[in-house]
Formats: sequence, C-alpha cells, structure tokens
Amino acid sequence: VSGAGEVDGLLRELAPQVLGVLVRRYGQFDLCEDAVQEALLAAAVQWPADGVPERPRGWLVTVASRRMTDQVRGESARRRREEAVAAASPADELVAPGADADLPAAADDTLTLLFLCCHPALSPPSQVALTLRAVGGLTTAQVARAFLVPEATMAQRISRAKQTIKAAGARFAMPPPTERAERLRVVLQVLYLIFNEGYTASSGPDLQRAHLTTEAIRLARELHRLLPGDGEVAGLLALLLLTDARRPARSRPDGSLVPLAEQDRSRWDAAAIAEGVALISSALARAPIGPYQLQAAIAAVHDEAARADDTDWRQILVLYELLAQVAPSPVVTLNHAVALAMVRGPQAGLELLATLDSDGRMAGTHRLEAVRAHLLELAGDTAAARERYRAAARRTTSLPEQRYLEGRAARLEP
Amino acid sequence: MKYVVLIYSNPATWRALPAEEADRVITVHNDLIDELTASGEFLSIYRLADATNARTVALRDGIPAVTDGPFGESKEVLASLWEIDVESMERAVEIAGALTPHATVEVRALMDAAGMEM
Repeated sequence: VSGAGEVDGLLRELAPQVLGVLVRRYGQFDLCEDAVQEALLAAAVQWPADGVPERPRGWLVTVASRRMTDQVRGESARRRREEAVAAASPADELVAPGADADLPAAADDTLTLLFLCCHPALSPPSQVALTLRAVGGLTTAQVARAFLVPEATMAQRISRAKQTIKAAGARFAMPPPTERAERLRVVLQVLYLIFNEGYTASSGPDLQRAHLTTEAIRLARELHRLLPGDGEVAGLLALLLLTDARRPARSRPDGSLVPLAEQDRSRWDAAAIAEGVALISSALARAPIGPYQLQAAIAAVHDEAARADDTDWRQILVLYELLAQVAPSPVVTLNHAVALAMVRGPQAGLELLATLDSDGRMAGTHRLEAVRAHLLELAGDTAAARERYRAAARRTTSLPEQRYLEGRAARLEP
Repeated sequence: MKYVVLIYSNPATWRALPAEEADRVITVHNDLIDELTASGEFLSIYRLADATNARTVALRDGIPAVTDGPFGESKEVLASLWEIDVESMERAVEIAGALTPHATVEVRALMDAAGMEM
C-alpha cells in the first residue's frame, strides 16, 4: 500500500502523459482534460487504499477514455454510476494488455501541453490555473486552495480558459517554428508566476500555496529536460533554485520577513545553490544571453557571498546594466538603483529611482517607496526615510510587508 | 487582486423607488453576479439584513455594551458586500460603477498574507 503523498507525486507525473494520449485519440482538449481530471480524482481515492495498479498510466488512460466516451455520448448519471463501479475493479481486470502501447510521444506531449495551456489568448491567471491542472496534475480544489478562491470560482476559470483557447483555434500541436521563441517566453513567464505565488506565500500559514514553488521547480526541471539546449530554460530553472535556496531564511517562525542582508546564510540550501550555480554557469558559457540567465546570475552572486558584506555589488551592477538593456522594465530599474547605490553611493541610486516617478507602472507604488526609503536611510536622511517607509507601509496590500515597513519606520524614530 | 465592494444605501431612498426602477436595479445586480461568475471573478456576496436587526457593541466602562442599530446618525448604511478577485483596481472600479445607482459604492483592496522580503 502506497502513501497518499507518493500517489500524489505519481499522478502529477502521469497527468500530462495521459492527457496527451487522450487528446491524440479523441481531439477535443477541453473534454479530454475534464476526463483526465476525473480519472486522477478516482485514482487519488483508490490507489492509496488498494495499491497502485501494475500499469498506472494504462489504468488512467482506460478510466479517462471511458469517461470521455461518456461525455461524448452525453450519457446520463446511470452510466456514470456503472463507471464508478468499473473504476473500482482491480486494475488488471480493467486494463487490457497493450493499453500503454500508444504512449511513445509522452515527453513531447508535455511540451505541447505547456504551449497550449500558456496560450497567448489567455490572461496570466488563466494560464497559471490551466497549467497547474492540465500539466501539473493538480485537482481543481488544490489549485483553488493555492489561490485562496472558492473551488467553484477556480472551476469556472479553468473551464473558461479552455473555451477561450478553443475559440482562438488553438490545436494540440507544437507552435510553428517562427512563433516558438515567443511562445516559450510565455511558458517561462507562467512558471515564474507559479513560483512567485508560492515563494511570497511561504511566510504565511497557507501551506498549500507555498507548495507552488515545488511545483514550479518540478515543471521547470521537466522543461529543461525536454529542451536541454535552451539557455533561458536553464536560466529560469537556475533562478528558481537559487531563489528557493534562501526560503528557509527569508522569514521568521512568526511569519515576519527577513531582508536579504539580515538573513542567516547558514540556513540557505547549499545543494540547491550548487545546482543553480552549475546550471547558470554552463548556460552562460554556451547560450545567447537572456533575462532569466541574467537574473539567475544575479541570484548566484548573492547566494555565493558568505556574508552580506562580501556581496560583489560591482558584478551585480554590471549584470543589472545588461538586464536593463536586454529586458528593460520598471522592476529592473528599481533593483538596478539598489545595486547602483551599493557601488556608487545612495545619491546615485536615488537619482535613478527618480526616473520611475514619471512611470505610471511604478509611480506611487509601495515597492518604489520602500526602495526610496531604504536608500534615504543609507544616505543618512532619517526623517525622509521614515516618512517613505510609512508611505510604503500604507500602500502595500501584504500584511508581512506592512509589518516589516512599519518596523523599519519605527527604528528611525527620533 | 482581491477586493471588497461595499454598497451603502439609504433604506428610505430605496423604499421610495418606483417598483419598476427597483426591479431594474435588482436585475442589474443579478446580471452582474452572473457575468462575474462566468468570468471567474466572483468570490462571494453578503446581503445585509435591515439595520433593525443590527446591534452595535462598544466598550463602556470596560465592559461591552450593546445597543440596537445603527440608526439615525448616518442615512446611508452598509447594504451589501461583494468579494471579487480581479486583475486590477481599474477592473474593480469598473464593476463598482455598475452598482452606483441609488447607492454609494466603496472599493477596498484586501490584505494578503504573502509578501516579498526587501
């Protein structure tokens, strides 16, 4: 008898492969995806109790195919009850030999599914939800819990996302070579979004959400296995590993946030850092440079410093200058300003920050005010720093950030 | 981003509305719930009972004292509360705009337990 956790891991791994088989067999991605979800739910109940069938993938394909046949025929609840009985039969009775026969393209299917779920017609939250369910093998309830919304709301988002890609005429096929780079960029962005949802939540009580980091790393690892030569895929995986390595030190047991400079570096995950550094070093040596590789390189410089004071800010500054050229954004400018302040002094950083006051995407946000407060504090302008920390604290919608910013402001009380 | 949309209205104004106008407003609300449900933006709605059924609790001489109401002081009272999950404040404000007839509508961002270290 296998544990529920082990079964869960196996189901997540098999989910995209089973879905690939079904879509090849029946077309109709939306219906197949529902059918696979139902098969996964059945397995999640039965396997921990009855044991994992000898051919788990074949079991899932068979159960999902029957569900699919039901859906296509539009048959009634009576038939579904029979199906439940059939699904409860021992696996060997149920699965005809050779049910696995048409599975050779499983690895490619995962890639095709990722492209489909990260279709550009979808909004980022829909891409995230659909990817987690169809590729990640999470149940609707798990995705809903991770995003702190009711299950019905999440079910509706997923169903709508599938209708949208259907309406956009998307097929279960790899995007044409001319579109592939741009489509891959969206896939990477979705995986990064999933990671950040989990990473920023890991200080709070919502553990289901924190597990999203593990899920994002698993999917990024799978993508890297499928596209080993792609520098940006390697860069993303390295970035996730190098960031996640700091997770044990980024918050205190009470959930309060610890800034990078004050983290207990002995608690960082040395194995994850070693893996991330090796990945990014090898990618930078051979692939054309890109934003994820640069961000991973920056994370690696931070992670390799034994103490905060040992941080090689000159190297970080050079990397941000490159990043500002390759992929300029207000967030890059924000971080660039910090690096500039650490190398050339707070005034230089504050001047670069001032350019963001006229940028509608960043002006007046808590992030801009928090960085400004930090640089003002470095510059010794305590009164202005305190005021900016307070402004940032009022503007954030994050409880731990608010607590941290109020704490910084209080430290500067005369 | 999660928001609550708070609808304040004056029960006397509401009671004085012609029936067809009251029906129209209710239809607008129900259609909006359908639309937000279909788009995956709807989380929950709370329709508050008349303030006759309310109690105000406040500390007086160190012990919680209970009074009926709130009545009297403010003409507009909280009538309903919508919880939504939308892409931006702009979208939340757009939704709130449909609820403004005969009411004052307030959009408030909800705090999140997640955060980034700085």
